[in-house]
Amino acid sequence: MSIEAKEEFRPKIVAFCCNWCSYAGADLAGSSRLSYPADVKIIRVPCSCRVNPMFILRAFEKGADGVIMCGCHPGDCHYTTGNYYARRRMTLLFSMLDFIGVENGRTRVEWVSAAEGVKFSQTMNEFVEKIYSLGKNVRLEDLRCRN
Amino acid sequence: MQRIGVFVCHCGTNIAATVDVKKVVEMAAKEPGVVHAEDYQYMCSEAGQAKIINAIHEKNLTGIVVCSCSPRMHEATFRKAAQKAGLNPYMVEIANIREHCSWIHKDMEEATLKAVILARAAIAKVNLDAPLQPGESLVTKRALVIGGGIAGIQSALDIAEAGYEVDIVEKLPSIGGRMSQLDKTFPTLDCSACILTPKMVEAAAHEKINIYTYSEVEKVSGFVGDFTVDIRKKARSVDMDKCTGCGVCSSKCPSKKNPNEFNRGLNNRSAIYIPFAQAIPNVPVIDRENCIKFKTGKCGACSKACAAGAIDYEQKDEIITQKYGAIVVATGFDVIPLDKYDEYAYSQSKDVITSLELERIMNAAGPTKGHLERLSDGKAPKNIVFVQCVGSRCSDERGKSYCSKICCMYTAKHAMLIRDKYPDTNVTVFYIDVRTPGKNFDEFYRRAVEDYGVNYIKGQVGKVIPQPDGTLMVQASDLLENKQILMEADMVVLAAAIEPNKDVRKIATMLTASIDTNNFLTEAHAKLRPVESPTAGIFLSGVCQGPKDIPETVAQAGAAAVKAIGLLAKDKLTTNPCTAHSDELLCNGCSQCANVCPYGAISYEEKQVNDHGIRETRRIAVVNNALCQGCGACTVTCPSGAMDLQGFSNRQILAEVDAICR
Repeated sequence: MSIEAKEEFRPKIVAFCCNWCSYAGADLAGSSRLSYPADVKIIRVPCSCRVNPMFILRAFEKGADGVIMCGCHPGDCHYTTGNYYARRRMTLLFSMLDFIGVENGRTRVEWVSAAEGVKFSQTMNEFVEKIYSLGKNVRLEDLRCRN
Repeated sequence: MQRIGVFVCHCGTNIAATVDVKKVVEMAAKEPGVVHAEDYQYMCSEAGQAKIINAIHEKNLTGIVVCSCSPRMHEATFRKAAQKAGLNPYMVEIANIREHCSWIHKDMEEATLKAVILARAAIAKVNLDAPLQPGESLVTKRALVIGGGIAGIQSALDIAEAGYEVDIVEKLPSIGGRMSQLDKTFPTLDCSACILTPKMVEAAAHEKINIYTYSEVEKVSGFVGDFTVDIRKKARSVDMDKCTGCGVCSSKCPSKKNPNEFNRGLNNRSAIYIPFAQAIPNVPVIDRENCIKFKTGKCGACSKACAAGAIDYEQKDEIITQKYGAIVVATGFDVIPLDKYDEYAYSQSKDVITSLELERIMNAAGPTKGHLERLSDGKAPKNIVFVQCVGSRCSDERGKSYCSKICCMYTAKHAMLIRDKYPDTNVTVFYIDVRTPGKNFDEFYRRAVEDYGVNYIKGQVGKVIPQPDGTLMVQASDLLENKQILMEADMVVLAAAIEPNKDVRKIATMLTASIDTNNFLTEAHAKLRPVESPTAGIFLSGVCQGPKDIPETVAQAGAAAVKAIGLLAKDKLTTNPCTAHSDELLCNGCSQCANVCPYGAISYEEKQVNDHGIRETRRIAVVNNALCQGCGACTVTCPSGAMDLQGFSNRQILAEVDAICR
């Protein structure tokens, strides 16, 4: 029996959602019953600018297969400028991750407003599909963290 | 170690249908720190809350996790319940197992596993929760209104009627704003001054309203409930208490050739002047740049003529410092400059005018005493062409991308008034679209077309060419007939786009209120908080927030006033305790955090610190908790990791990440 057959691959996906737009968008996806895979787990942050690149590195270290960050559309940030900072930080982080061999598809930034339940669900479906196609992330995982 | 209670809600079958609630309870009970776990049909009900309160008492819980619906629904409910039981309300975390789990997944096993993981993340977070105390700040019961147009006047009147002191600061010598320049108003055609001036008088006479005209806001500091504002009262050179407003000074003034701003420069005024007949205050002001006395030192005609002895050439600017609880911004708008639109020959011909200039021409107090005549030769125009969207809905950088909203309606008004008063004048309007949403607006436009015979042509004017005989040749396209038109006109009226007042950027910076790319002030939420700025305590009234007509402006002014009153009615404000906090031993005073703070909440102090026995004075970031809104931008930008956000700390978010990836 091969290893694949023994252990079906279920990715671990962390989604950081800002409280004002994307978390509310995820709520709307929920109340509209727009499904997406259960592999996605959401962490609520006040603003996308609260997401420290360190959090994303930690997720990969702990065995996450994909990390997505969602915030308000540029220009619509509850805190006026937060998502602009987030966008710049993530651009830098993602190019660094790409450089060290973590595929671009494992990370994503998406702007989802509180009214975009459909977009939230679609984004998550796409993202999970992408992670399935990329398979298990081993590049940054600290094997000592494995249970 | 915390003593944590986990409460899993069935939400009827909303959660229980797809999540095995008992299994979540069982798994949660195994997590570190959890000493109590139970489930219930409806946790948000009185009985459910009683279960939480009992468990807190009986098991001596120090933190709780409720696995239920979104925290946006019931976080406040469960925090109150915890508080009732004597627990700090910020020791409550919600695991969203309804919107983010049971409602979107069908497979019971999958959904249950996800619910367990979400509960685990919330438990990991509450393990690191610290009790937080919301701070308190006092509210100064006085409001400042910046701008004395109809928006500012309405906001001030509404706030004053609620019993609070209001100061209006107006840059110009009189209140009244743009509306005072208008002749008639759509869609009822009532005279603008007739409906505005009673409001101006009411504001001036109101015992709670104090008006600073010819004044500007110079400096703003402080935060919601406690702003300190410096107002520069510019030298009027006339003693407001002595002046009787007789106007003799203006008639005796020898410097008479100064462009009259109120009439958009279409005629002249003297150097000492009252801007318009109904001005409030009815006290003249000396325009020092054009006054002969100030330029050469020799004149003093006004002083000699003034029986009251009110002229004071020595008067100096005065700075008034005042505290306010709330600030309403009502800075209004102006018409865009047309120097980039040479194709319409605005700078070449006196007979190409803007709509606001036409308002002055149509007005009985205007440069032509209300007679419609060409400014070049004083003749009555026989053919008038109106050009819509000059700079509005413009795709290039010459104009504005937005619709100015009021032009379609005021052009219909102008066309109608001209056809009514001068029935043998031909009126043609070139438009892209006619936009008339609003009560009785479309009916009004249809009247202009159907009853008054105004000729509407869908198409754009390409060029206006002044002819040697003094007429204007209008080159245009008719999109519906698909042909080019050449039309002779005696007068061309341009519906120039409106833009926020030039000073608004300066004011927004002082207030740390956000502003968009078009210089309109941004509202806190486009739909749900349209009259509040994201900066607490700043309210938006009128066109400073976006193009709007008079009824909308008045409605928004009232709404902004209500929001301000709601703030002023409080004696104290509770501040959100989820604010940033800097660790003084880690902070190196680099200023990075202050640079990214959108609220100006971070300042620096020279502080005595004791770093493991080393006592020294260091420059340290200090967060003002009343200003900080808790976005967390500073926490990420801090190179030394000194900044952290209470309630969403680095350790807490990492703990959540760990719990999810476990």
